Amino acid sequence: MKRAAVFVLCLAALALVLYPIVWLVSASLTPVEDLVSNLRALFPGRVTTDGYARALEGAGGESFWTFLGNSTIVATGAVIGNVVSCSLAAYAFARLRFRLSGPLFAFALVTIMLPAHVTLIPQYVVFQQLGMVDTFVPLILPKLLATDAFFVFLMVQFMRGIPHELDDAAKIDGCGPVRNYRYVVLPLSRPAMVTTAIFTFIWTWNDFFSQLIYLSSTENYTIPMGLRLFIDQTSSSSYGPMFAMSVLSLVPIGLFFLAFQRFLVAGVATTGLKG
Amino acid sequence: MPYLFLGPWLLGAIGLTVAPMVVSLYLSFTDYDLFNEPRWVGLDNYARLFGDDPRYLHSVGVTLRYVAWSVPLKLVLALAVALLLNSLRGKGQAFFRSAFYAPSLLGASVGLALAWRAIFDTWVDTPDHALVTIVLLSAWQFGAPMVIFLAGLQQIPRDLLDAAAVDGAGWWRRFWSITLPMLSPVLFFNVVLETIHAFQAFTQAFVVSGGRGGPADSTLFYTLYLYERGFTEFRMGYASAMAWVLLVAIALITAVLFRTSRYWVFYGDGR
Repeated sequence: MKRAAVFVLCLAALALVLYPIVWLVSASLTPVEDLVSNLRALFPGRVTTDGYARALEGAGGESFWTFLGNSTIVATGAVIGNVVSCSLAAYAFARLRFRLSGPLFAFALVTIMLPAHVTLIPQYVVFQQLGMVDTFVPLILPKLLATDAFFVFLMVQFMRGIPHELDDAAKIDGCGPVRNYRYVVLPLSRPAMVTTAIFTFIWTWNDFFSQLIYLSSTENYTIPMGLRLFIDQTSSSSYGPMFAMSVLSLVPIGLFFLAFQRFLVAGVATTGLKG
Repeated sequence: MPYLFLGPWLLGAIGLTVAPMVVSLYLSFTDYDLFNEPRWVGLDNYARLFGDDPRYLHSVGVTLRYVAWSVPLKLVLALAVALLLNSLRGKGQAFFRSAFYAPSLLGASVGLALAWRAIFDTWVDTPDHALVTIVLLSAWQFGAPMVIFLAGLQQIPRDLLDAAAVDGAGWWRRFWSITLPMLSPVLFFNVVLETIHAFQAFTQAFVVSGGRGGPADSTLFYTLYLYERGFTEFRMGYASAMAWVLLVAIALITAVLFRTSRYWVFYGDGR
């Protein structure tokens, strides 16, 4: 009886929480005239895919496919960069002994909490002088250099749990650290790598601040930047393509969520990963 | 040999963290517009921030109000839902846990913020309510701390709660005297993490306010003002000073939270 009441309460809360998402999908399929007359209604009756057709045409003279391609390049680069660079650093911190190991790892932990704003301006100045502003380099290079220290921490925690007997066995078989990393530790760290890859993808896909700062020409815009073109427009005529493009931008996140929800939730529960 | 593995990280730590921090500290004492050489002005930028820039002080106020409302609201929601889910078992719990977590992934996006702006369109245009909209958007993403709370709740030994129930303690008493103290390390972790993040909130405020912190600067978040000064007016020295004040403020507040933690965080091993 009590459990049934909790269940019903959860369902009610869920309906409330999901309302904005359902509303967005419904609004993206609603003719603009109907939207304007009753903005917050769900499923107003008439359905149109005009919004999607216009969303695919894009904004600011570039098609949606350009934005999608750019977002994919940036997100893929970030995922590869983070998985490779963070696992290399994590291997050193978790499995190798060296003099500065303690202080350097402590420093890495501190940088997790560092607001990006204190490094942003000099980074921008350097990228600007190298002629790399308005390219994807400033968005991907930091990932290749393991600046997302959070994932280093996540992988260190994981790699510390791998039995050291395996290292010893590999050593007896003639493996140096490089082959030990490649053939022993890396394959066993799959769950931590997958968690890193998924979160890096989602965060990069959603990222707006650094793309706003570094991308200036429309042909280099990612999806969030393409959506930004709608921010200034308050006229309701752009509602159709705006909501349709919003839905399209969330589809990859939704698919990742459905496919990997267990990994995602477990990652948050065990490491306090910020969603 | 270790430095072969550490190479990329070390390069990033020096080239993208330590060196830029030193440079931005230097720039904060200069006038710099990206095109002319930085000109040393001493403490001028800092003096202007606190003595001669009402919009700056206003943005500090907006940000503090946002932190003070959004962090408690989000965490209370997260804890309430975690307590609810903790009384479910098995598949039901796993389903709701995932479903409530979804907004934490979607809510950070521009797409959802645009939807939020449309849903709350009458509030977004009034200075008294625009900030509330953004607070609600943040609270809506209670899923991540909820998952962390739920993991913490599941660590609390059942026999402790059962023993208290046998002794006649009601739900409320058990919550205050057992659950909350046992959960306090997790609560502390969530408070620190959410506070640090709230101070740096940007995307939602940018989208909901149309990029300018409006109406009437009512959503002029600290980071929004920093962006405006640094990247639309190219007053890089001034923006660097703002970045350093933010860093010091976050460090101080984190330190205060750690200092007070000994009075309310219970680690269970006698510390």
